Amino acid sequence: MTDWQPGISLDRLRQRSRVLAELRGFFQQRNILEVDVPVLATTSVTDRNIESIATLPGASSGLEASSGLGASGGLEASSGLGAFSGLGAFSESEALSESEASAIKSYLQTSPEYFMKRLLAAGSGDIFCLGKAFRSGEAGVRHNPEFTLLEWYRCGWDEHQLMAELGELIETLLPAVAINKYSYAELFAKYFNIDPHQAELSSLQKLAVEAGSSAWSDDSRGNCLDLLFSVVIEPQLSDGLVLVYDYPACQAALAKCYKDAQGRRVSRRFEAFLNRVELANGYFELTDGQEQASRFAEDQQARKIAGKPLMEIDQNLLAALESGLPECSGVALGVDRLLMQIEGATSLDQVMPFSWDRC
Amino acid sequence: MANYSTNEFRPGLKVMLDGDPCSILENELVKPGKGQAFNRVKLRNLKTARVLEKTFKSGESVEAADVMDADMQYLYNDGDFWCFMEPDTFEQHQATENAVGDALQWLSEQDMCVVTLYNGAPLSVTPPNHVELEIVETDPGLRGDTAQGGNKPAKLSTGAVVKVPLFLDEGEIVRVDTRTGEYQGRVSNK
Repeated sequence: MTDWQPGISLDRLRQRSRVLAELRGFFQQRNILEVDVPVLATTSVTDRNIESIATLPGASSGLEASSGLGASGGLEASSGLGAFSGLGAFSESEALSESEASAIKSYLQTSPEYFMKRLLAAGSGDIFCLGKAFRSGEAGVRHNPEFTLLEWYRCGWDEHQLMAELGELIETLLPAVAINKYSYAELFAKYFNIDPHQAELSSLQKLAVEAGSSAWSDDSRGNCLDLLFSVVIEPQLSDGLVLVYDYPACQAALAKCYKDAQGRRVSRRFEAFLNRVELANGYFELTDGQEQASRFAEDQQARKIAGKPLMEIDQNLLAALESGLPECSGVALGVDRLLMQIEGATSLDQVMPFSWDRC
Repeated sequence: MANYSTNEFRPGLKVMLDGDPCSILENELVKPGKGQAFNRVKLRNLKTARVLEKTFKSGESVEAADVMDADMQYLYNDGDFWCFMEPDTFEQHQATENAVGDALQWLSEQDMCVVTLYNGAPLSVTPPNHVELEIVETDPGLRGDTAQGGNKPAKLSTGAVVKVPLFLDEGEIVRVDTRTGEYQGRVSNK
Protein backbone atom coordinates (compact mmCIF):
# COMPACT_ATOMS: atom_id res chain seq x y z
CA MET A 1 0.00 0.00 0.00
CA THR A 2 1.53 3.32 -1.00
CA ASP A 3 0.27 6.60 0.44
CA TRP A 4 -3.24 8.00 0.07
CA GLN A 5 -2.55 10.04 -3.10
CA PRO A 6 -3.99 9.16 -6.50
CA GLY A 7 -1.51 7.91 -9.08
CA ILE A 8 -2.97 10.20 -11.74
CA SER A 9 -1.97 13.86 -12.02
CA LEU A 10 -4.75 16.47 -11.89
CA ASP A 11 -4.09 17.34 -15.55
CA ARG A 12 -4.55 13.75 -16.56
CA LEU A 13 -7.62 13.44 -14.35
CA ARG A 14 -9.23 16.23 -16.36
CA GLN A 15 -7.99 14.72 -19.60
CA ARG A 16 -9.54 11.38 -18.60
CA SER A 17 -12.87 13.05 -18.00
CA ARG A 18 -12.72 14.76 -21.41
CA VAL A 19 -11.88 11.52 -23.20
CA LEU A 20 -14.72 9.64 -21.52
CA ALA A 21 -17.08 12.41 -22.66
CA GLU A 22 -15.70 12.30 -26.20
CA LEU A 23 -16.18 8.56 -26.34
CA ARG A 24 -19.81 8.95 -25.31
CA GLY A 25 -20.23 11.74 -27.85
CA PHE A 26 -18.90 9.52 -30.64
CA PHE A 27 -21.64 6.96 -30.04
CA GLN A 28 -24.41 9.46 -29.34
CA GLN A 29 -23.70 11.11 -32.71
CA ARG A 30 -24.23 7.72 -34.34
CA ASN A 31 -27.45 7.06 -32.39
CA ILE A 32 -25.99 4.09 -30.58
CA LEU A 33 -27.76 3.46 -27.29
CA GLU A 34 -25.72 3.50 -24.07
CA VAL A 35 -26.43 0.57 -21.75
CA ASP A 36 -25.02 -0.07 -18.29
CA VAL A 37 -25.18 -3.81 -17.67
CA PRO A 38 -24.35 -5.62 -14.40
CA VAL A 39 -20.77 -6.25 -13.31
CA LEU A 40 -21.88 -8.91 -10.83
CA ALA A 41 -23.41 -12.21 -11.96
CA THR A 42 -23.77 -15.83 -10.89
CA THR A 43 -21.56 -17.06 -13.74
CA SER A 44 -18.52 -15.80 -15.61
CA VAL A 45 -16.53 -16.74 -18.69
CA THR A 46 -15.21 -20.24 -19.32
CA ASP A 47 -12.23 -18.78 -21.26
CA ARG A 48 -9.19 -20.93 -20.58
CA ASN A 49 -6.89 -17.96 -20.02
CA ILE A 50 -9.07 -15.53 -18.13
CA GLU A 51 -9.61 -15.82 -14.38
CA SER A 52 -12.64 -14.15 -12.84
CA ILE A 53 -12.83 -12.56 -9.41
CA ALA A 54 -15.33 -14.45 -7.27
CA THR A 55 -17.23 -13.16 -4.27
CA LEU A 56 -18.02 -15.16 -1.17
CA PRO A 57 -21.28 -14.71 0.71
CA GLY A 58 -21.35 -13.18 4.15
CA ALA A 59 -21.98 -14.95 7.43
CA SER A 60 -25.74 -14.61 6.89
CA SER A 61 -27.55 -15.74 3.76
CA GLY A 62 -25.27 -14.74 0.91
CA LEU A 63 -25.78 -11.57 -1.02
CA GLU A 64 -29.18 -10.80 0.47
CA ALA A 65 -27.31 -9.68 3.59
CA SER A 66 -27.13 -5.93 3.91
CA SER A 67 -23.47 -6.41 4.69
CA GLY A 68 -23.01 -6.94 0.95
CA LEU A 69 -19.88 -8.91 0.28
CA GLY A 70 -19.96 -10.29 3.75
CA ALA A 71 -18.05 -10.74 6.95
CA SER A 72 -15.82 -13.48 5.63
CA GLY A 73 -14.10 -10.85 3.57
CA GLY A 74 -14.69 -9.45 0.19
CA LEU A 75 -13.05 -10.34 -3.05
CA GLU A 76 -11.35 -13.60 -3.86
CA ALA A 77 -10.25 -14.89 -7.23
CA SER A 78 -12.01 -17.92 -8.62
CA SER A 79 -8.72 -19.70 -8.01
CA GLY A 80 -8.06 -18.20 -4.59
CA LEU A 81 -6.94 -14.73 -3.72
CA GLY A 82 -4.84 -13.30 -6.51
CA ALA A 83 -2.10 -11.31 -4.86
CA PHE A 84 -2.15 -8.02 -6.76
CA SER A 85 0.84 -7.08 -4.64
CA GLY A 86 2.37 -4.08 -6.29
CA LEU A 87 2.99 -3.28 -9.91
CA GLY A 88 4.62 -6.08 -11.81
CA ALA A 89 3.77 -8.79 -9.33
CA PHE A 90 1.68 -11.68 -10.51
CA SER A 91 1.30 -14.74 -8.39
CA GLU A 92 -0.80 -17.77 -9.09
CA SER A 93 -3.13 -18.09 -6.18
CA GLU A 94 -3.73 -21.12 -4.01
CA ALA A 95 -6.88 -23.11 -4.62
CA LEU A 96 -9.88 -22.37 -2.46
CA SER A 97 -10.98 -25.02 0.00
CA GLU A 98 -13.91 -27.16 -1.12
CA SER A 99 -16.34 -25.43 1.19
CA GLU A 100 -15.15 -22.04 -0.02
CA ALA A 101 -15.42 -23.11 -3.65
CA SER A 102 -18.95 -24.38 -3.21
CA ALA A 103 -19.94 -21.27 -1.32
CA ILE A 104 -19.08 -18.89 -4.17
CA LYS A 105 -22.27 -17.18 -5.19
CA SER A 106 -21.17 -14.69 -7.85
CA TYR A 107 -18.43 -13.27 -10.02
CA LEU A 108 -17.32 -9.86 -11.17
CA GLN A 109 -17.64 -9.75 -14.95
CA THR A 110 -14.60 -9.84 -17.22
CA SER A 111 -16.50 -7.90 -19.89
CA PRO A 112 -20.12 -6.81 -20.54
CA GLU A 113 -20.38 -9.13 -23.56
CA TYR A 114 -22.82 -11.74 -22.35
CA PHE A 115 -25.30 -9.22 -20.95
CA MET A 116 -25.04 -7.07 -24.07
CA LYS A 117 -25.77 -10.07 -26.26
CA ARG A 118 -28.86 -10.78 -24.18
CA LEU A 119 -29.97 -7.19 -24.85
CA LEU A 120 -29.29 -7.59 -28.57
CA ALA A 121 -31.35 -10.78 -28.63
CA ALA A 122 -34.12 -8.85 -26.90
CA GLY A 123 -34.17 -6.34 -29.76
CA SER A 124 -32.08 -3.46 -28.37
CA GLY A 125 -30.43 -2.59 -31.65
CA ASP A 126 -26.94 -1.04 -31.67
CA ILE A 127 -25.59 -0.58 -28.15
CA PHE A 128 -22.43 0.52 -26.34
CA CYS A 129 -21.26 0.08 -22.78
CA LEU A 130 -18.57 2.16 -21.10
CA GLY A 131 -17.87 0.59 -17.76
CA LYS A 132 -15.66 -1.44 -15.47
CA ALA A 133 -14.44 -4.98 -16.11
CA PHE A 134 -12.54 -7.20 -13.70
CA ARG A 135 -9.90 -9.88 -14.17
CA SER A 136 -8.05 -11.74 -11.48
CA GLY A 137 -4.30 -11.97 -11.17
CA GLU A 138 -3.51 -9.16 -13.56
CA ALA A 139 -1.61 -6.25 -12.11
CA GLY A 140 1.26 -4.47 -13.77
CA VAL A 141 2.28 -1.62 -16.00
CA ARG A 142 -0.47 -2.43 -18.52
CA HIS A 143 -2.77 -4.47 -16.33
CA ASN A 144 -5.03 -3.72 -13.42
CA PRO A 145 -7.56 -6.14 -11.94
CA GLU A 146 -10.24 -3.46 -12.39
CA PHE A 147 -10.17 -1.56 -15.66
CA THR A 148 -12.43 0.38 -18.00
CA LEU A 149 -13.74 -1.36 -21.09
CA LEU A 150 -15.61 0.26 -23.97
CA GLU A 151 -17.64 -2.34 -25.81
CA TRP A 152 -20.08 -1.83 -28.67
CA TYR A 153 -22.15 -3.82 -31.14
CA ARG A 154 -23.36 -3.01 -34.68
CA CYS A 155 -26.27 -5.01 -36.03
CA GLY A 156 -25.97 -6.13 -39.63
CA TRP A 157 -22.26 -5.16 -39.83
CA ASP A 158 -19.38 -7.50 -40.43
CA GLU A 159 -16.04 -7.22 -38.65
CA HIS A 160 -14.44 -5.20 -41.47
CA GLN A 161 -17.06 -2.47 -41.22
CA LEU A 162 -16.55 -2.46 -37.45
CA MET A 163 -12.78 -2.24 -37.84
CA ALA A 164 -13.28 0.82 -40.00
CA GLU A 165 -15.43 2.41 -37.30
CA LEU A 166 -12.84 1.56 -34.65
CA GLY A 167 -10.35 3.39 -36.86
CA GLU A 168 -12.64 6.43 -36.94
CA LEU A 169 -12.95 6.36 -33.15
CA ILE A 170 -9.18 6.32 -32.69
CA GLU A 171 -8.80 9.09 -35.26
CA THR A 172 -11.10 11.42 -33.32
CA LEU A 173 -8.76 11.11 -30.34
CA LEU A 174 -5.48 10.79 -32.24
CA PRO A 175 -5.91 12.77 -35.47
CA ALA A 176 -3.69 11.64 -38.36
CA VAL A 177 -2.92 8.33 -36.65
CA ALA A 178 -1.48 5.79 -39.12
CA ILE A 179 -3.85 2.88 -39.71
CA ASN A 180 -2.67 -0.44 -41.15
CA LYS A 181 -4.54 -3.68 -41.61
CA TYR A 182 -3.15 -7.20 -42.02
CA SER A 183 -4.46 -10.73 -41.88
CA TYR A 184 -3.01 -12.98 -39.19
CA ALA A 185 -1.55 -15.19 -41.93
CA GLU A 186 0.13 -12.23 -43.64
CA LEU A 187 2.04 -11.39 -40.48
CA PHE A 188 3.15 -14.97 -39.90
CA ALA A 189 4.26 -15.24 -43.53
CA LYS A 190 6.30 -12.07 -43.08
CA TYR A 191 7.99 -12.91 -39.80
CA PHE A 192 8.18 -16.70 -39.84
CA ASN A 193 7.56 -17.67 -43.45
CA ILE A 194 4.91 -20.18 -42.34
CA ASP A 195 1.15 -20.55 -42.71
CA PRO A 196 -0.16 -20.37 -39.13
CA HIS A 197 -3.42 -22.07 -40.11
CA GLN A 198 -1.88 -25.08 -41.83
CA ALA A 199 1.62 -25.52 -40.39
CA GLU A 200 2.29 -28.74 -38.50
CA LEU A 201 1.95 -28.47 -34.73
CA SER A 202 5.53 -29.72 -34.32
CA SER A 203 6.85 -26.84 -36.43
CA LEU A 204 4.94 -24.35 -34.31
CA GLN A 205 6.22 -25.94 -31.11
CA LYS A 206 9.79 -25.74 -32.38
CA LEU A 207 9.42 -22.04 -33.19
CA ALA A 208 7.77 -21.42 -29.83
CA VAL A 209 10.61 -23.11 -27.96
CA GLU A 210 13.11 -20.90 -29.79
CA ALA A 211 11.16 -17.76 -29.04
CA GLY A 212 10.37 -18.75 -25.48
CA SER A 213 11.60 -21.73 -23.55
CA SER A 214 11.28 -25.52 -23.47
CA ALA A 215 7.97 -25.09 -21.62
CA TRP A 216 6.32 -24.72 -25.04
CA SER A 217 7.74 -27.96 -26.49
CA ASP A 218 4.48 -29.85 -26.02
CA ASP A 219 2.01 -26.99 -25.92
CA SER A 220 -1.18 -26.54 -27.95
CA ARG A 221 -1.44 -24.91 -31.34
CA GLY A 222 -3.22 -21.89 -29.89
CA ASN A 223 -0.65 -21.33 -27.13
CA CYS A 224 2.30 -21.64 -29.51
CA LEU A 225 0.78 -19.20 -31.99
CA ASP A 226 -0.02 -16.87 -29.13
CA LEU A 227 3.57 -16.83 -27.91
CA LEU A 228 4.97 -16.29 -31.39
CA PHE A 229 2.57 -13.44 -32.01
CA SER A 230 3.13 -11.74 -28.66
CA VAL A 231 6.87 -12.13 -28.36
CA VAL A 232 8.03 -11.84 -31.95
CA ILE A 233 5.39 -10.14 -34.10
CA GLU A 234 3.76 -7.66 -31.73
CA PRO A 235 6.95 -5.76 -30.79
CA GLN A 236 7.67 -5.29 -34.50
CA LEU A 237 4.30 -3.88 -35.53
CA SER A 238 4.38 -0.39 -36.95
CA ASP A 239 3.42 2.78 -35.09
CA GLY A 240 -0.20 3.81 -34.94
CA LEU A 241 -3.24 1.57 -35.19
CA VAL A 242 -2.65 -1.94 -36.53
CA LEU A 243 -5.71 -4.10 -37.20
CA VAL A 244 -5.21 -7.85 -37.49
CA TYR A 245 -8.04 -10.02 -38.82
CA ASP A 246 -8.81 -13.66 -39.68
CA TYR A 247 -7.42 -15.17 -36.49
CA PRO A 248 -6.77 -18.93 -36.20
CA ALA A 249 -9.85 -21.13 -35.84
CA CYS A 250 -8.48 -22.52 -32.57
CA GLN A 251 -8.65 -19.00 -31.10
CA ALA A 252 -12.16 -18.21 -32.32
CA ALA A 253 -13.73 -17.73 -28.88
CA LEU A 254 -17.12 -16.15 -29.66
CA ALA A 255 -16.52 -15.36 -33.33
CA LYS A 256 -17.95 -17.08 -36.40
CA CYS A 257 -15.61 -19.30 -38.40
CA TYR A 258 -15.42 -19.47 -42.19
CA LYS A 259 -13.22 -20.54 -45.09
CA ASP A 260 -11.01 -17.69 -46.27
CA ALA A 261 -10.07 -16.96 -49.88
CA GLN A 262 -7.36 -19.61 -49.70
CA GLY A 263 -9.83 -22.20 -48.44
CA ARG A 264 -8.39 -22.21 -44.91
CA ARG A 265 -10.71 -22.43 -41.93
CA VAL A 266 -10.19 -19.25 -39.88
CA SER A 267 -12.16 -17.29 -37.33
CA ARG A 268 -13.73 -13.89 -37.97
CA ARG A 269 -11.95 -12.40 -35.04
CA PHE A 270 -9.76 -9.32 -35.06
CA GLU A 271 -7.49 -7.47 -32.68
CA ALA A 272 -6.28 -3.91 -32.68
CA PHE A 273 -2.88 -2.73 -31.50
CA LEU A 274 -1.96 0.87 -30.85
CA ASN A 275 1.77 1.56 -30.95
CA ARG A 276 2.37 -2.13 -30.39
CA VAL A 277 0.14 -2.34 -27.33
CA GLU A 278 -2.88 -4.66 -27.49
CA LEU A 279 -5.90 -2.37 -27.41
CA ALA A 280 -9.06 -4.10 -28.61
CA ASN A 281 -10.58 -7.44 -29.55
CA GLY A 282 -13.60 -7.94 -31.79
CA TYR A 283 -15.72 -10.51 -33.59
CA PHE A 284 -18.22 -11.06 -36.30
CA GLU A 285 -20.34 -12.63 -33.59
CA LEU A 286 -21.21 -16.31 -33.45
CA THR A 287 -25.00 -16.62 -33.46
CA ASP A 288 -25.26 -20.42 -33.39
CA GLY A 289 -26.17 -21.41 -29.81
CA GLN A 290 -25.19 -25.04 -30.19
CA GLU A 291 -21.78 -24.24 -31.64
CA GLN A 292 -21.25 -21.79 -28.77
CA ALA A 293 -22.29 -24.41 -26.21
CA SER A 294 -19.83 -26.93 -27.57
CA ARG A 295 -17.01 -24.35 -27.54
CA PHE A 296 -17.81 -23.58 -23.90
CA ALA A 297 -17.68 -27.30 -23.12
CA GLU A 298 -14.23 -27.52 -24.76
CA ASP A 299 -13.11 -24.57 -22.64
CA GLN A 300 -14.23 -26.34 -19.50
CA GLN A 301 -12.28 -29.45 -20.54
CA ALA A 302 -9.16 -27.39 -21.16
CA ARG A 303 -9.54 -25.67 -17.79
CA LYS A 304 -9.94 -29.02 -16.09
CA ILE A 305 -6.76 -30.36 -17.69
CA ALA A 306 -4.87 -27.26 -16.64
CA GLY A 307 -6.10 -27.68 -13.07
CA LYS A 308 -8.14 -24.48 -13.18
CA PRO A 309 -11.40 -24.04 -11.29
CA LEU A 310 -14.57 -25.12 -13.03
CA MET A 311 -16.63 -22.26 -14.46
CA GLU A 312 -20.32 -23.01 -14.98
CA ILE A 313 -21.69 -22.18 -18.43
CA ASP A 314 -23.94 -19.12 -18.73
CA GLN A 315 -27.24 -20.74 -19.65
CA ASN A 316 -28.91 -17.34 -20.03
CA LEU A 317 -26.51 -16.45 -22.84
CA LEU A 318 -27.14 -19.77 -24.59
CA ALA A 319 -30.89 -19.25 -24.27
CA ALA A 320 -30.56 -15.78 -25.79
CA LEU A 321 -28.61 -17.25 -28.73
CA GLU A 322 -31.24 -19.94 -29.17
CA SER A 323 -33.92 -17.26 -29.19
CA GLY A 324 -32.01 -15.41 -31.86
CA LEU A 325 -29.04 -13.06 -31.81
CA PRO A 326 -29.17 -10.70 -34.81
CA GLU A 327 -26.22 -10.83 -37.20
CA CYS A 328 -23.80 -8.35 -35.68
CA SER A 329 -20.21 -7.52 -34.90
CA GLY A 330 -18.85 -6.34 -31.59
CA VAL A 331 -15.58 -5.01 -30.20
CA ALA A 332 -14.15 -4.33 -26.73
CA LEU A 333 -11.46 -1.71 -26.19
CA GLY A 334 -9.29 -0.99 -23.15
CA VAL A 335 -9.91 2.67 -22.36
CA ASP A 336 -7.08 2.98 -19.82
CA ARG A 337 -4.56 1.68 -22.36
CA LEU A 338 -5.98 4.09 -24.94
CA LEU A 339 -5.39 6.93 -22.51
CA MET A 340 -1.82 5.75 -21.96
CA GLN A 341 -1.16 6.05 -25.67
CA ILE A 342 -2.88 9.42 -26.04
CA GLU A 343 -0.90 10.90 -23.16
CA GLY A 344 2.39 9.09 -23.57
CA ALA A 345 2.09 7.64 -20.08
CA THR A 346 4.26 4.68 -19.15
CA SER A 347 1.89 2.87 -16.82
CA LEU A 348 -1.80 2.48 -16.03
CA ASP A 349 -1.11 3.90 -12.59
CA GLN A 350 -0.62 7.28 -14.26
CA VAL A 351 -3.92 7.34 -16.12
CA MET A 352 -6.42 5.97 -13.63
CA PRO A 353 -7.31 7.62 -10.31
CA PHE A 354 -6.15 4.69 -8.17
CA SER A 355 -4.49 1.57 -9.54
CA TRP A 356 -4.75 -1.58 -7.43
CA ASP A 357 -1.58 -0.82 -5.47
CA ARG A 358 -3.34 2.19 -3.96
CA CYS A 359 -6.63 0.51 -3.12
CA MET B 1 19.17 -27.23 -5.68
CA ALA B 2 15.57 -26.13 -5.47
CA ASN B 3 13.52 -24.68 -8.30
CA TYR B 4 11.96 -21.27 -8.58
CA SER B 5 8.61 -20.61 -10.22
CA THR B 6 8.26 -17.49 -12.36
CA ASN B 7 5.98 -16.17 -9.64
CA GLU B 8 9.05 -15.86 -7.42
CA PHE B 9 11.16 -14.00 -9.95
CA ARG B 10 12.61 -10.74 -8.68
CA PRO B 11 15.79 -8.75 -9.41
CA GLY B 12 18.80 -10.38 -7.83
CA LEU B 13 17.45 -13.94 -7.92
CA LYS B 14 20.05 -16.44 -9.13
CA VAL B 15 18.88 -19.09 -11.62
CA MET B 16 20.42 -21.59 -14.01
CA LEU B 17 19.97 -20.93 -17.71
CA ASP B 18 21.44 -23.24 -20.37
CA GLY B 19 23.98 -24.47 -17.86
CA ASP B 20 25.19 -21.05 -16.69
CA PRO B 21 24.37 -19.27 -13.44
CA CYS B 22 22.46 -16.04 -14.12
CA SER B 23 21.13 -13.18 -12.07
CA ILE B 24 17.70 -11.72 -12.82
CA LEU B 25 17.83 -8.01 -13.66
CA GLU B 26 14.23 -7.35 -14.68
CA ASN B 27 11.02 -9.39 -14.74
CA GLU B 28 7.96 -8.24 -16.73
CA LEU B 29 4.64 -10.03 -16.78
CA VAL B 30 2.93 -10.08 -20.17
CA LYS B 31 -0.70 -11.13 -20.46
CA PRO B 32 -2.35 -11.06 -23.88
CA GLY B 33 -6.10 -10.44 -23.60
CA LYS B 34 -7.09 -13.98 -24.45
CA GLY B 35 -3.78 -15.76 -24.16
CA GLN B 36 -1.59 -17.39 -21.56
CA ALA B 37 0.55 -15.17 -19.40
CA PHE B 38 4.30 -15.23 -19.75
CA ASN B 39 7.30 -13.47 -18.23
CA ARG B 40 9.81 -11.45 -20.23
CA VAL B 41 12.98 -11.58 -18.19
CA LYS B 42 16.32 -9.79 -18.48
CA LEU B 43 19.24 -11.68 -16.96
CA ARG B 44 22.98 -11.31 -16.55
CA ASN B 45 25.04 -14.41 -17.21
CA LEU B 46 27.38 -14.51 -14.23
CA LYS B 47 30.01 -16.48 -16.11
CA THR B 48 30.21 -14.32 -19.25
CA ALA B 49 28.85 -11.06 -17.72
CA ARG B 50 26.60 -10.72 -20.80
CA VAL B 51 23.02 -9.51 -20.51
CA LEU B 52 20.34 -11.58 -22.22
CA GLU B 53 16.55 -11.70 -22.54
CA LYS B 54 14.39 -14.78 -22.19
CA THR B 55 10.66 -15.45 -22.26
CA PHE B 56 9.23 -17.91 -19.74
CA LYS B 57 5.73 -19.33 -19.45
CA SER B 58 4.05 -17.98 -16.31
CA GLY B 59 4.24 -20.68 -13.68
CA GLU B 60 7.20 -22.35 -15.35
CA SER B 61 9.92 -23.69 -13.07
CA VAL B 62 13.56 -22.78 -13.34
CA GLU B 63 16.49 -24.38 -11.53
CA ALA B 64 17.95 -22.22 -8.80
CA ALA B 65 21.65 -21.44 -9.13
CA ASP B 66 23.86 -22.13 -6.17
CA VAL B 67 25.40 -18.67 -6.13
CA MET B 68 26.24 -16.69 -3.04
CA ASP B 69 28.51 -13.84 -2.02
CA ALA B 70 30.94 -14.17 0.87
CA ASP B 71 33.33 -11.72 2.51
CA MET B 72 36.85 -13.12 2.34
CA GLN B 73 40.38 -11.98 2.93
CA TYR B 74 42.90 -12.22 0.11
CA LEU B 75 45.97 -14.11 1.35
CA TYR B 76 48.40 -14.68 -1.53
CA ASN B 77 48.77 -16.11 -4.99
CA ASP B 78 51.17 -18.67 -6.42
CA GLY B 79 50.76 -17.63 -10.03
CA ASP B 80 48.11 -20.29 -10.70
CA PHE B 81 45.61 -19.70 -7.93
CA TRP B 82 44.64 -16.74 -5.79
CA CYS B 83 43.92 -17.80 -2.24
CA PHE B 84 41.10 -16.28 -0.18
CA MET B 85 40.09 -17.05 3.39
CA GLU B 86 36.76 -16.77 5.21
CA PRO B 87 37.62 -14.79 8.36
CA ASP B 88 35.19 -16.66 10.65
CA THR B 89 35.87 -20.25 9.65
CA PHE B 90 39.44 -19.87 8.31
CA GLU B 91 38.23 -21.93 5.33
CA GLN B 92 40.35 -21.24 2.25
CA HIS B 93 39.18 -20.95 -1.37
CA GLN B 94 41.35 -21.05 -4.47
CA ALA B 95 40.27 -18.74 -7.27
CA THR B 96 41.56 -18.95 -10.85
CA GLU B 97 42.98 -15.92 -12.60
CA ASN B 98 39.80 -15.84 -14.67
CA ALA B 99 37.64 -15.66 -11.57
CA VAL B 100 39.73 -12.89 -10.04
CA GLY B 101 39.38 -10.94 -13.29
CA ASP B 102 39.65 -7.16 -13.04
CA ALA B 103 40.29 -7.35 -9.32
CA LEU B 104 43.82 -8.56 -10.18
CA GLN B 105 45.09 -5.03 -10.62
CA TRP B 106 43.94 -3.84 -7.20
CA LEU B 107 44.60 -6.71 -4.81
CA SER B 108 47.09 -6.50 -1.97
CA GLU B 109 47.57 -9.22 0.58
CA GLN B 110 45.06 -9.06 3.46
CA ASP B 111 42.51 -6.95 1.51
CA MET B 112 38.89 -7.84 2.37
CA CYS B 113 36.99 -8.76 -0.82
CA VAL B 114 33.60 -10.10 -1.83
CA VAL B 115 33.97 -13.49 -3.47
CA THR B 116 31.01 -14.81 -5.49
CA LEU B 117 30.82 -18.57 -5.07
CA TYR B 118 29.11 -20.81 -7.62
CA ASN B 119 28.59 -24.38 -6.44
CA GLY B 120 31.07 -23.57 -3.70
CA ALA B 121 33.86 -22.44 -6.05
CA PRO B 122 34.94 -18.82 -6.64
CA LEU B 123 33.21 -17.44 -9.79
CA SER B 124 34.25 -13.80 -9.50
CA VAL B 125 35.97 -11.45 -7.07
CA THR B 126 35.04 -7.88 -6.16
CA PRO B 127 37.92 -5.92 -4.61
CA PRO B 128 37.39 -3.42 -1.79
CA ASN B 129 35.82 -0.16 -3.03
CA HIS B 130 38.97 1.77 -2.17
CA VAL B 131 42.57 0.67 -2.02
CA GLU B 132 45.79 2.43 -0.98
CA LEU B 133 48.75 1.61 -3.18
CA GLU B 134 52.33 2.83 -3.67
CA ILE B 135 53.43 4.51 -6.90
CA VAL B 136 56.35 2.45 -8.22
CA GLU B 137 56.89 4.17 -11.55
CA THR B 138 56.08 7.64 -12.82
CA ASP B 139 57.73 10.56 -14.61
CA PRO B 140 58.89 13.47 -12.40
CA GLY B 141 56.14 15.78 -13.76
CA LEU B 142 57.55 19.28 -14.26
CA ARG B 143 55.59 22.27 -13.05
CA GLY B 144 53.87 23.93 -15.99
CA ASP B 145 53.45 20.66 -17.86
CA THR B 146 49.69 20.73 -18.41
CA ALA B 147 49.67 18.67 -21.59
CA GLN B 148 47.37 16.16 -19.94
CA GLY B 149 45.39 18.65 -17.88
CA GLY B 150 47.59 18.46 -14.83
CA ASN B 151 47.68 14.68 -14.63
CA LYS B 152 50.22 12.03 -15.49
CA PRO B 153 50.06 8.24 -15.59
CA ALA B 154 51.47 6.38 -12.60
CA LYS B 155 52.10 2.68 -12.22
CA LEU B 156 51.14 1.25 -8.85
CA SER B 157 52.66 -1.67 -6.92
CA THR B 158 49.96 -4.05 -8.15
CA GLY B 159 50.56 -3.15 -11.78
CA ALA B 160 47.51 -0.91 -12.14
CA VAL B 161 48.02 2.38 -13.99
CA VAL B 162 46.07 5.43 -12.83
CA LYS B 163 46.14 9.14 -13.62
CA VAL B 164 47.57 11.17 -10.74
CA PRO B 165 48.40 14.88 -10.17
CA LEU B 166 51.80 16.06 -11.36
CA PHE B 167 53.27 16.71 -7.90
CA LEU B 168 53.23 13.04 -6.90
CA ASP B 169 56.48 11.05 -7.02
CA GLU B 170 57.48 7.42 -6.89
CA GLY B 171 57.15 6.04 -3.37
CA GLU B 172 54.03 8.04 -2.57
CA ILE B 173 50.90 6.20 -1.46
CA VAL B 174 47.66 7.04 -3.27
CA ARG B 175 44.00 6.15 -2.62
CA VAL B 176 42.08 4.78 -5.63
CA ASP B 177 38.37 4.00 -6.18
CA THR B 178 38.46 0.51 -7.69
CA ARG B 179 35.02 0.90 -9.25
CA THR B 180 36.13 3.77 -11.47
CA GLY B 181 39.93 3.38 -11.42
CA GLU B 182 40.22 7.02 -10.38
CA TYR B 183 42.70 8.69 -8.05
CA GLN B 184 40.94 9.89 -4.91
CA GLY B 185 43.71 11.44 -2.88
CA ARG B 186 47.15 11.13 -1.39
CA VAL B 187 47.70 9.13 1.76
CA SER B 188 50.02 11.01 4.13
CA ASN B 189 53.35 9.35 4.82
CA LYS B 190 54.16 8.30 8.32
